[in-house]
Amino acid sequence: MDLTSVFRAEYGRCVATLTRLLGDIGLAEEAVQDAFAVALEKWSETGPPRNPGAWIVTTARNRATDRLRRESTREARHAQALLLQAPDEPEEVGPVRDDQLRLIFTCCHPALSPLAQTALTLRLLGGLEVPEIARAYVVPEATISQRIVRAKKKIRDAGIPYRVPGEAELPDRLPPVLTVLYLIFNEGYTATTGPLLRTDLSAEAVRLARALAELMPDEPEVLGLLALLLLIEARRPARVGPDGELVTLAEQDRTLWNRELIAEGHDLVRRCLRRDRPGPYQIQAAINAVHTYGTETDWAQVLTLYDQLLVLTPTPIVALNRAVAVAEVHGPAAALAAIEELDIPGYHLLPATRADLLARLDRPDEAREAYDEAVALAGNDTERAFLRDRLAHLAR
Amino acid sequence: MQYMLGVRIDESAPAYTDEERDAMFARVGAVNDEMKAEGIFLFAGGLLPSDSATVVRVQNGTTTMTDGPFAETKEQLGGFWVLELDDLDAALAWARKCTVACGVPIEVRPFDGLA
Repeated sequence: MDLTSVFRAEYGRCVATLTRLLGDIGLAEEAVQDAFAVALEKWSETGPPRNPGAWIVTTARNRATDRLRRESTREARHAQALLLQAPDEPEEVGPVRDDQLRLIFTCCHPALSPLAQTALTLRLLGGLEVPEIARAYVVPEATISQRIVRAKKKIRDAGIPYRVPGEAELPDRLPPVLTVLYLIFNEGYTATTGPLLRTDLSAEAVRLARALAELMPDEPEVLGLLALLLLIEARRPARVGPDGELVTLAEQDRTLWNRELIAEGHDLVRRCLRRDRPGPYQIQAAINAVHTYGTETDWAQVLTLYDQLLVLTPTPIVALNRAVAVAEVHGPAAALAAIEELDIPGYHLLPATRADLLARLDRPDEAREAYDEAVALAGNDTERAFLRDRLAHLAR
Repeated sequence: MQYMLGVRIDESAPAYTDEERDAMFARVGAVNDEMKAEGIFLFAGGLLPSDSATVVRVQNGTTTMTDGPFAETKEQLGGFWVLELDDLDAALAWARKCTVACGVPIEVRPFDGLA
């Protein structure tokens, strides 16, 4: 019986429910940690109960009641009052799913800084420990723990509500939630430094996106985000070769792709199309659906989708990605013209793309220069090795 | 909870014309009326520029007065609202109306509730 996986799966759910019952994230975390400590002792003898989440919630609640009786701070009195107000709650229901949704909107509140949003989401909903988050973002543990402490303090002091925003607020409040999940996934997929993949972060992002999609099945952008993550995740097994080297989409062995995830992603994209309320995540999901459909990519369709995406999100990064499709449809010269004006400071994929286009146009000297620039900017080892390899294969 | 919505003004910015000022006062007046109608309005006021400020200190029993603002920063508190609200989301929604009405950024600060 793997207690770690039970803890990882139940932590966020239990903290979310206890936060509602106690009205305070810090007290909720303490109570859940207390309950896990009891579980560790008890379950090693008796094995885990049938519904570990319900057991943890009940135990945490009892522990919190005991603890609050001994304390007399303002928070403790407030929490005690809240607990008394909810006496009729059936004991064994366990974690309530809406609580998770509340908590994710609290964690990703726009009044918190982006790093605090991400760290808090991973800590509270993902159940990741501070050192794990610090490792993933390559920042000192003290930085992450200060951010988390400060964010929790601000939530309490400034009165950030523990509530799912109303329909009218959603257009402002949903995007930061989706951004946080996407950033967590991306950090796991192309780590900014060190080795290429950090599977645990991606898996966590997929798990949270799945939970969000179950909780908000009528929000097409939520479904779009989940589809996008699944369709990228599906190609992971083919993305790195036997020696740890990066394999481009065109060169990937498609038989290694995860067919189940692709089918699920395609199904979600079709559901989005039927809703006909397109948004940036849905379009990116559609692009990845085209990449994973049949035996080769229909680039004309990809370009059409990028045209739509560029209208909705006219950023230089989208323009750069669109140029890759332009190269396939209209040739490298047209693509090079399309990226000529772009300026994305510090982003290695701009010179990398320019280098590739120049190489295809048989302009090796300029390509070499662009590859050098890209190598200098690339953060992770695998991407750097890939670029050096390309550079080495340039015609002299 | 009580929140202060502070008006952050840049005192070095060019002064309003009479027309601009009247229009701004009309917009702010409308927001104040809305707050009063909702029953959340506790207090509001505009402040004269920071060159009207005097800073008082007592050191070793001696009181000293200094002419001018506490800190020589470009941004100063130009006025504020004090509102009684349920949570930060409500305060942020009002802050949005306030910044639209007065045309400068609004800083939202919760009161500590101790006094």
